[in-house]
Amino acid sequence: MKFLEGMAFLLAFQLVGEVVSRLFHLPVPGPVLGMILLFVFLLLFRKVPVALSSAVEPLLNNLSLLFVPAGAGVILHLKRIGSEWFPLVTSLFLSTLFGMAVTALLMHWVLKWQHRRGRV
Amino acid sequence: MDSFELLEIWVYLAESPLLGLTLTLLAYIAGVRCYQASGGNPLVNPVAIAIIIIMLCLALSGTAFQTYFEGAQFVHFLLGPATVAFAVPLYQQLGRLRALALPMFVGVLGGVLAGTASSVVLARLLGASTDTALSLAPKSMTTPIAMGVSEHIGGLPSLTAVLVISTGIIGASFGTRLFALLRIEDDAVKGIAMGLNAHGIGTARAFQVSPQMGAFSGLGMALMAFIGPLIVPSLLSFLGFLD
Repeated sequence: MKFLEGMAFLLAFQLVGEVVSRLFHLPVPGPVLGMILLFVFLLLFRKVPVALSSAVEPLLNNLSLLFVPAGAGVILHLKRIGSEWFPLVTSLFLSTLFGMAVTALLMHWVLKWQHRRGRV
Repeated sequence: MDSFELLEIWVYLAESPLLGLTLTLLAYIAGVRCYQASGGNPLVNPVAIAIIIIMLCLALSGTAFQTYFEGAQFVHFLLGPATVAFAVPLYQQLGRLRALALPMFVGVLGGVLAGTASSVVLARLLGASTDTALSLAPKSMTTPIAMGVSEHIGGLPSLTAVLVISTGIIGASFGTRLFALLRIEDDAVKGIAMGLNAHGIGTARAFQVSPQMGAFSGLGMALMAFIGPLIVPSLLSFLGFLD
């Protein structure tokens, strides 16, 4: 029952997010808006309801599974991927690792700068 | 039971969502088993294995992807509530969230710009068509969001879904090695960089490293999901990819 209550909670926030996103023609998708609204709710409520955790944990623990159906859609694009595999694969690898390195290094440098400034 | 009866059962099952749903779960369980058998090697990615198994089953049985997806959509649908669920680990890291506001702001902004611009420009320079290159732009966002953005900027949403998954698998497989190479040790920094660039699949990997890295990866993914759709279209028109 707790799990169902938690799921109803998540779906209700997604639903509100979806309605707000469409109503105001926001570029932010409904589920993301739902996440932000739930975050604001938790800030106000000041703790995570037990029912909510009982739905959140199984969802996030099996998160990878949820990407499988969309990933299997690769079968629809085999022709295009076959003819453009070189730019696609190279760009995917390099830009993903480049993006990760830039994010991590920038954060690392700002943190170091903050530490040094804190000590002086 | 004669073969005609078997054929009738097959015709019935091929039309119902039961087969697609069961196949998705079994293929994923097989993927996870392979990953565990490899001793947790990040290169043996459960999602990649599951996708290969499903593709083989569809190709060998001559089943259309649309028929498979009628069953698999029940799993696909859960991406929505799972995205909402990220508010919880985010809230649980509130203390560090406040302390890390400035480094996170700088890192996230730089990471989104660097990752997006390099993907599109590189693909175009290497000879990809414009719609393929545009389909790459939202590759670090989580699937449902990336598909929406792809449609908005003139890419192919279903191709984007595939590129998003590939990005996640690349990030999950090589991210931890990259951080070791760069000598980044802070779980918060590693988590944000992982989730921002490799969304949910990277986050699943981050949770295996530590709950702390997982929570920050969830935060990175959430930040990309929120900031990505706001700045990626403007970045692309600045680069001259949109009219």
